[in-house]
Amino acid sequence: MTQIQAPAGQQPGRRRPTYTTPASPGSDPHGPHTGRAARALARVSGWWRGGGPVTVLFLLPMLLVFGLFSWWPIARTVVMAFQQTNLVEPAHWVGFANFHRVLSDPLLPTALRNTVVFAGLAFVIGYPIPLLLAIAMSDLRRARGLYAVLAYLPVVVPPAVAVLLWQFFYDASGDGVFNTVLGWFGIGPVPWLVSAHWVLPSLVMEATWAAAGGTVIIYLAALTSVPKELYDAAEVDGAGIWRKLFHITLPHLRAIMLVTLILQIIGTAQVFLEPYLFTDGGPDNASLTVLLLIYNYAFGSTTGGGDYGDATALSLLLALALALLSWIYFRLTRSWSDS
Amino acid sequence: MSENSFVSTTDLRRTGVRWARRILNVVILLLLVVVALGPLLWLAKSAVTPAQDTLRKPMAIWPNGPDWSILGDAWNGLHLGHYMVNTLIIAAGSWAVQMLVATTAGYALSVLRPSYGRFLYGAVLATMFVPTVVLLVPLYLTVLKLPLIHTSLVNTYWGAFLPAGASAFNVALMKRFFDNLPREILEAARVDGAGPVRLFTSIVLPMSRPVLGVVSVFALLAAWKDFIWPLIVLPDPEKQPISVRLPSLAPVTPIDTFLAALLISTALPIVFFLFFQRFFLRSEGLEGAVKG
Repeated sequence: MTQIQAPAGQQPGRRRPTYTTPASPGSDPHGPHTGRAARALARVSGWWRGGGPVTVLFLLPMLLVFGLFSWWPIARTVVMAFQQTNLVEPAHWVGFANFHRVLSDPLLPTALRNTVVFAGLAFVIGYPIPLLLAIAMSDLRRARGLYAVLAYLPVVVPPAVAVLLWQFFYDASGDGVFNTVLGWFGIGPVPWLVSAHWVLPSLVMEATWAAAGGTVIIYLAALTSVPKELYDAAEVDGAGIWRKLFHITLPHLRAIMLVTLILQIIGTAQVFLEPYLFTDGGPDNASLTVLLLIYNYAFGSTTGGGDYGDATALSLLLALALALLSWIYFRLTRSWSDS
Repeated sequence: MSENSFVSTTDLRRTGVRWARRILNVVILLLLVVVALGPLLWLAKSAVTPAQDTLRKPMAIWPNGPDWSILGDAWNGLHLGHYMVNTLIIAAGSWAVQMLVATTAGYALSVLRPSYGRFLYGAVLATMFVPTVVLLVPLYLTVLKLPLIHTSLVNTYWGAFLPAGASAFNVALMKRFFDNLPREILEAARVDGAGPVRLFTSIVLPMSRPVLGVVSVFALLAAWKDFIWPLIVLPDPEKQPISVRLPSLAPVTPIDTFLAALLISTALPIVFFLFFQRFFLRSEGLEGAVKG
């Protein structure tokens, strides 16, 4: 349908062919439309014959599940944080009112403080234990498998069961399990869960027991990947056990130590189960955490619940903080697996 | 035989080092038995001890002999079997949804590679940055009234199964594994006339048994351990899994029966772990590697 024309105003000696469609629409009834439609049709049929629908079919479970239960709720968090809803009437926009109310809630500083203290205690108590354990275990060659099983065992105990079991251990009377053991050494009784001072350390100890095994396994895997040649070379240079430990083993673990640290901070920032089941935030809000506060806004029985706007506003703030940490984690694992 | 350790065979020729190592061995074993295993041993002991003995002398080992009937009382009196079946249903359903989503998505993104695949994979990975617990409230409201079809999944097992499938970690793990399958085999099958479905069911899935095993054991254990989501989505006690049910049984149950119930609900995951320990202990390191 195209013709070569000599463009007007050009010198005959320097003719350049130009491709144009006919000037008058009447000369060709099908016009340019069929061209475009045919091309689109060709593209669709190519996509069809190239397995496009089958690909979509394979992606469908993911699109549905992620769409409904991940992408949609994420989008909804952002929207609902600026809305007020009681689920009966349609939601209406309230601007930053939810954020104002949440940020001026006198319980928020308490919850933040408790979450930070929990994370800090988990760092002091829970962070070094798996590392030391894994380093010591890695050297015990034959028994390593058995030790790994023993260390991992608490990880498979359902968290609710673990908390309910430890509740017996933390019985504040002299006949409680821990207080009986401490009594043998003339210590205590310690008021564990009923004291505002002891409650967070108690929760951290249980959480450490429940989680340390997983971290031990991560460290053990990293320890076995230290190249043997490095140790052999150090040996030739006359390095002793401690120098090898401090100059080869630990530097090799540095990247993974950072990763487990950030994973732990992300995990402890979301602590919910322990304060919810052990003490429900008590005594006197001494174990109220940020996530427990969010839960109480939405589902709490004492406050009445139903404050979905407040709950999502605080969720959004927590999510932003955690996303920042996750992003750092992501960058670190990427550079760590590249190296 | 030497291994890669900061203590070498040469170091071990020194008597001091050998002794230190023996002592370390015993100390670690004792520590693990007392600290890691100890609480579970205490639970096992107390589950068959009369309440009065546990209350008066919690550390004594059967001062008046064990009472095995407590286990039966807990099983029958608290209807543990019923809640255990609920847990098994939730675990099986969550497993099936996770496997379906992860394998099909991993296959489409890794082998079929549509042009928009990179964008979709990015959208999946991005959800890793948003921890699920933070999404509890909007997720609950979504499940309460699904968009477009406006039905509620609250108090249905679908409400427990389906959100479990939205695991970016599973999709990434599958895609990574499929990426490393030898392309020549896939090409050969394609030349022999295998369509995308055939390629998936007869070539890719059978070649992926290791990663299917890893994802399966972690999916089943996670469903068994889950507490907060089933608590929110299944308010009806008759439908709750055992771990959600236990806290509400605590105040109304005698201590010996309750401890027996705790033991019974822990026994299955522990046996499961001991049976599949290789999957758990070898693959925990994957978690870091997959995100790179």
